[in-house]
Amino acid sequence: MSPLVQGIVTVIIGVGGCVGYFFLSNLILDKVIFPARGDNPGVNINRANLVRPWLFLLPAMGALGLYLVYPVVGSFWRSLYNRAGDEFIGFGNYATMFSDDGFQTALFNNFLWVLVVPASATFFGLLVAQLTDRLRWGNIAKSLIFMPMAISFVGASLIWKFVYANNADIGLINALRDFFGAQEPLDVLQVRFWNNFFLMFILVWIQTGFAMVILSAALRGIPEETIEAAIIDGANPFQVFFKIKVPQIMGTIVVVWTTITILVLKVFDIVYTMTGGNFGTEILPSYMMSYMFRDDGRATAVAFVIMIIVLPVMIWNIRQARAEMR
Amino acid sequence: MDNIAGTKSSLSWAVNISVILLVVIWLIPTVGLLVSSFRDRDQISASGWWLSPFAVEQNFQAKIPAGEVKQDGDFFVIEGNIFSGGEGEVIRFGGARSNPTANAAGETAELTRDRSLTVQTNGDFVYRSPKEIKRDPSVYYSTATPPEFSLDNYRTILFSNNMDIAFINTLTVTIPATIIPILIAAFAAYALAWMDFAGRGLLIAIVVGLLVVPLQLALVPLLQFHNKIGIGQSFLGIWMAHTGFGLPLAIYLLRNYMVGLPRDIIESAKVDGATDFQVFTKIVLPLSFPALASFAIFQFLWTWNDLLVAKVFLPSNSESWVMTVKIADDLLGSRGGDWGILAGAAFISIAVPLIVFFTMQRYLVRGLLAGSVK
Repeated sequence: MSPLVQGIVTVIIGVGGCVGYFFLSNLILDKVIFPARGDNPGVNINRANLVRPWLFLLPAMGALGLYLVYPVVGSFWRSLYNRAGDEFIGFGNYATMFSDDGFQTALFNNFLWVLVVPASATFFGLLVAQLTDRLRWGNIAKSLIFMPMAISFVGASLIWKFVYANNADIGLINALRDFFGAQEPLDVLQVRFWNNFFLMFILVWIQTGFAMVILSAALRGIPEETIEAAIIDGANPFQVFFKIKVPQIMGTIVVVWTTITILVLKVFDIVYTMTGGNFGTEILPSYMMSYMFRDDGRATAVAFVIMIIVLPVMIWNIRQARAEMR
Repeated sequence: MDNIAGTKSSLSWAVNISVILLVVIWLIPTVGLLVSSFRDRDQISASGWWLSPFAVEQNFQAKIPAGEVKQDGDFFVIEGNIFSGGEGEVIRFGGARSNPTANAAGETAELTRDRSLTVQTNGDFVYRSPKEIKRDPSVYYSTATPPEFSLDNYRTILFSNNMDIAFINTLTVTIPATIIPILIAAFAAYALAWMDFAGRGLLIAIVVGLLVVPLQLALVPLLQFHNKIGIGQSFLGIWMAHTGFGLPLAIYLLRNYMVGLPRDIIESAKVDGATDFQVFTKIVLPLSFPALASFAIFQFLWTWNDLLVAKVFLPSNSESWVMTVKIADDLLGSRGGDWGILAGAAFISIAVPLIVFFTMQRYLVRGLLAGSVK
């Protein structure tokens, strides 16, 4: 059976199964377990309504528990065992990892990524959002800057590999250097330390559109009166932007910033396709992939380090969500 | 707003120019790859894609057959045309490998040992040597090759590189992985939005927290789990994995949207005796279409573009490669220098997401806003 046919069959079974489950479980609940008749139908209806939410939630909770909650525990547990998984070594994986040069490089680079990418993407996004705000062709411009969001990290890496190519007749960077009189082409991906920034720019290129869309909506939401008042008081456009608009959308800026930060901690594709982690460009996700299938103990230890870095953002998000619901 | 007190003209020029500049910077890399995907390998390495509308100077080497030698006084002479019947335009030529473009067309090149070589623009040449010519002499020349665009790269990549299989595999992974989580999430989102029960707030908080759990954590334990229950690395495994990983965002997006639906409609339906199941299927689900579409687009783009999950949960043999894996693990290695092929492959893989993106941008934007501003 070809995979595609298998896929279609799965869609039918999956969708049919879901609908069937929800329909039948509700039917059984209402007609068999707590029927709205007999001695005290009111009590039965109330009981049925107490159970029903959990019927609706069960498949989702099962999948979430298995695919996202269990792995947090499972990964931590696995990271306490050795490579083969048969010997408990406590924090041995973490100890060897922290003394490994590769890990230290990855951690340092990841720190750079977290510092640079969210800041740059938010900055460019805000810039474009503000500049295109009153522009007649602003929507077209936004659409084009938003486009990289649809491109895979692998595709984007290829696009930029071409720009960075080590040949003045292929790569734009080297063509520009050639134009300004450089003699030899330069492989920018092999220039230690700075190559990280060339990789980061790819992610900035992708994420600027995301920042732009959200910040653009936030800018539109600013009450006109505040801006009018500032202009009447003689504020110049820069003052209006920095002193009136930016403070009012600070909350959104923080959300965009943290969302991109989380993404930065997960993306391994760019480093993997561009340099394979060579030339000192390793970051934690790609470092983890280099141990995946080879040393599960070490791989899970790296994953858990990523989890710990993400944790503060997670807690902050939950607090925000809870504050909103009140 | 900005035109108060005549500040408009100079500033609006600056704004227009900077936006144009930014758009160009953002667009150029993609355009470069697109243009290159239509050029052949030799043209790509001969001139930059930004020069592709112009003729390319390419170097060639021709052997002059020594058999046609004639004697002219003390000299041995070969005459003929280096294009041997074909057409072309010689720009420069030379008689030595060390300097293949030493002379302009029409000049006479003085070679070592008193030999000389003349090549005209149309390819006619005269080779003179004081000694008998035993070996076929070589002529090096450069011609202007007119720009050429073709679909050859796409043909090669699709039909002889198995990119077609990878394309179908990507499609196979994407469709169930997009549709199934929507249904599961919709029911859960309804419960979290419109049903009252103890622990609802806690569950919502958990969903929000799970939004940011790094996928990396899930890889090892779940692969072990799949191996244990006998699924192993397979399509079924990746569908389940994508479903699980997509659920937090789906539930979060849909719940945010459903909470905003007018309370009156739902309550009057309940007063009229509709059960929760009926309220959900007949009222909430149809009204939530925009949110469902938003999530579907997200999940589609994410599963289509994913490399990590596919690398871990699909078998590593070439029949099950999806396009991203195929490009990253196969083409970049085996075809590393063949830019035409790589560009073609990249465009095959990003064509569908781009179409989805440009046709359904409205829903995507709405989803982004619902997913993060709230």
